[in-house]
Amino acid sequence: MTTPVTPPVPNGDLLTVVGLQKSFGANHVLRGIDLSVPTGSVTVLIGPSGSGKTTVLRSLNALEIPDAGVVRIGDVEVDFAAGADKRARARLRACSGMVFQGHNLFPHLTVLGNVTEGPRVVQKRPAEEVRAEALTLLDRVGLADKADQYPFELSGGQQQRVGIARALAIRPQLMLFDEPTSALDPELVGEVLSVMKDLAADGWTMVVVTHEMRFARQVADQVVFLDGGVVVEHGAPADVLDTPTQDRTRRFLHRIIDPI
Amino acid sequence: MDSGSTTELIRESLVPLLWGLLKGTIPLTLISFVLGLLLALLIALMRLSPIALVAAPARFYVSVIRGTPLLVQLFIIYYGLPSIGATIDPFPSACLAFTLNVGGYASEVVRAAILSVPRGQWEAAYTVGMSYPTALRRIVLPQAMRVAVPPLSNTLISLVKDTSLASTIQVTEVLRKAQELAAPTYEFFTLYAVAAAYYWVICLALSFSQARLETRLDRYVAS
Repeated sequence: MTTPVTPPVPNGDLLTVVGLQKSFGANHVLRGIDLSVPTGSVTVLIGPSGSGKTTVLRSLNALEIPDAGVVRIGDVEVDFAAGADKRARARLRACSGMVFQGHNLFPHLTVLGNVTEGPRVVQKRPAEEVRAEALTLLDRVGLADKADQYPFELSGGQQQRVGIARALAIRPQLMLFDEPTSALDPELVGEVLSVMKDLAADGWTMVVVTHEMRFARQVADQVVFLDGGVVVEHGAPADVLDTPTQDRTRRFLHRIIDPI
Repeated sequence: MDSGSTTELIRESLVPLLWGLLKGTIPLTLISFVLGLLLALLIALMRLSPIALVAAPARFYVSVIRGTPLLVQLFIIYYGLPSIGATIDPFPSACLAFTLNVGGYASEVVRAAILSVPRGQWEAAYTVGMSYPTALRRIVLPQAMRVAVPPLSNTLISLVKDTSLASTIQVTEVLRKAQELAAPTYEFFTLYAVAAAYYWVICLALSFSQARLETRLDRYVAS
């Protein structure tokens, strides 16, 4: 079964990032990041904590405002050096759906309410259409029977899957995942990764920050290793993960795969 | 004072005091509380602003309101303003004073309640396309309500009792009615006791409503 909300048709790069710079006070976290993500492909960002991978992801929908750099998604281009005003940020945000590490579901709304809130309140689409589409999306993530429950009644994996449905509901071109399984109990990781894998198979363009190396190996078209605010190495998963050319990549992978 | 005439006096005072309650105390409380909450939201949002020029006046306002007696605020508005050319009738004077007062106190409650909502909720609201005002109205304030209801109930209950201060500027509310009835008879104890009973009943009803509202707002939280 394919997603009711359909990804854009492949046509070159959907996402292009050029020269992304960001400092938090004296801490220079992004030192010129370039990134290209072809339409319909999956890019996994890996790197040690503090490497800037989450900041890159959050810059793609202006949750973080970079000091400089250009982000282009489809027809929308924002040059942060020129100052990204409210309208530029809103246009950029409308391009992508975001899935958070801590799901950030709206606790006062039902599962269905969480999914319909954006399309109904912001996009002002007809209530019946939004509801039907939301129920299909919930079915897609295996939670159609939970529509009328509140988030606190769900397991962590189910909450995260609702988060995915909520992100898809705004009909984005691009899906962003910020360590979607890091806060989950190990036995719940699989159900979330399997939904993500299905999305990738449906042709969604995805940028994923994760430590799940098996997911990267199986699903990613491109793996990008960041360290110290720069892209150290990028390429096909087999190249970056199995035969890294950089020392820093090797050390990082060694720590991940063999932590003790 | 024999008990027969006391019972008689209580019975005779019940209706006039009830009128004082319905036409003075309750409208004064409701108007001041509703307007005061709107003012409080405005002050709270100003205080949360990253712009110093916006936040500073709000902080100053809260400091003045909390640092001066309510009775003095009331006197300044009713007795003080006429000397600089602004005369306001007793009832609107009282509404103004209590609104400004509730605005100052409740703004701190509202501010803390807004801050109690995790940052991720704002971010999630932004990622589904919401603007700041929409995120505030649809996502943050409904959650902040849960935190704000108990302290705001305290503010409301205090306000009910504080409206008795309006008796000092000729507003006909419960205490003023009791004073008027007591003056010719010298039955202060009885009449003030009836007035006190009325305040107490109102506050009991409010405490009951508070408990019900809290239960309702807790429906989406794991117990």
